[in-house]
Amino acid sequence: MNITSTLIAQSVVFIVFVWICMRFIWPVLIEAMRQRQEAIAAGLQAAEDADRRLQEAKSGAQDELAKAKEEAQAIIEQARGRAQQMVEAAKDEAREEGARLKEAARAEIDQEVNRAKESLRAQVATLAVQGAEKVLGESVDAAKHADILDRLAAEL
Amino acid sequence: MAETTGEYIQHHLTNLTYGYLPEKGWTFAHSADEATAMGFWSINVDSMFWSIGLGVLFLWLFASVAKRATSGVPDGLQNAIEMIIEFIQDTTQSIFHYKNDLVAPLALTIFVWVFLMNLMDLVPVDWIPMLATAAGISHMKVVPTTDPNITMAMALSVFVLILYYSIKCKGGLGFLKELSLHPFPSVWAIPVNFILEFVTLIAKPLSLGLRLFGNMYAGEMIFVLIALMYSAHALGLSEGILMLSGGAMQLVWALFHVIVITLQAFIFAVLTIVYLAQAHEVDEH
Repeated sequence: MNITSTLIAQSVVFIVFVWICMRFIWPVLIEAMRQRQEAIAAGLQAAEDADRRLQEAKSGAQDELAKAKEEAQAIIEQARGRAQQMVEAAKDEAREEGARLKEAARAEIDQEVNRAKESLRAQVATLAVQGAEKVLGESVDAAKHADILDRLAAEL
Repeated sequence: MAETTGEYIQHHLTNLTYGYLPEKGWTFAHSADEATAMGFWSINVDSMFWSIGLGVLFLWLFASVAKRATSGVPDGLQNAIEMIIEFIQDTTQSIFHYKNDLVAPLALTIFVWVFLMNLMDLVPVDWIPMLATAAGISHMKVVPTTDPNITMAMALSVFVLILYYSIKCKGGLGFLKELSLHPFPSVWAIPVNFILEFVTLIAKPLSLGLRLFGNMYAGEMIFVLIALMYSAHALGLSEGILMLSGGAMQLVWALFHVIVITLQAFIFAVLTIVYLAQAHEVDEH
């Protein structure tokens, strides 16, 4: 328990150990720990970013989906409208076609009637002339009595 | 064991000292009296051996981790070492707010080294001395921190650093001013101030070194006394009870001592940081 030169020896040893620790051990370990801290911080940041981007992508997808639905609805609506229009147009066309056909048929009938009337009128005139010839016993000069005949034909 | 109780205790408290004796020349001391007769220029070989050995163990352990230190996933040992490093760094940063690359490694060295030296206290007191005796070595004190030379050497080294940084940061005049104008800022109070502050200053290394020494010495002494209880020779009933209770007491004291050795190492390191922080502190008023 005496104070001896052990004191000096131990002081030297102490200084050497502290120096070695300060020079070769402490900085290396602190640096490794600092790097790991940075790596972990970066990793956490990256995870956070990824999470945020995922959320953004999710909400974006939702928006896109909603928009697409809307668009599809619009397209269906439009298609329905057009179909309606087409049906209406077809109906109108059919109606017009029918009317046209009816008109044509009526015109033809009228024409036939007129033709029949003309031919009957001509035959009646001839018959009338023949009848008058028989009644008068002589021939009627067609040229001479053309105006009478025409008047007659017009009365028929 | 053919020695008396007194001799047994004395043997445990005597260092293996190498020095010069007028009648024998350079030799190992074979008794406490011889060691005293060697005077200042002798050396406690056992203290130096164990403190250097444990210091080298500390440096080797930490250096081996530092060499393969990875910033990736650390293995178990690196984890443990980093825990200690982080603990010391946190402690340093919370006390010491100045730029200094020495303080944290200094505190680490003190903490781990003192802890390892204190840890030798938990080795049963007779094991290594008995092995040493068998090898022909007369004395062997295995706990270097029970040697005041060891603790005071560290405390004085820290004290030199305190003085160095005090003068470096405050200037010689500033340091003197702090010593002489401190508790009472008046020219008339300079003598009183100086006495007070000087005692405070001197108390730093003394308390630092002697606290560790005192704690470890007392702890070692109790281990020695407990060891005496169960080294009773005759095999009667009372001796049997004494041996059993001695074993139980050693277990309890060792468990308690686990706290003491850690705490003492921590106190030494923290006080070193505190004192150096005070040395860096530049007075505003």
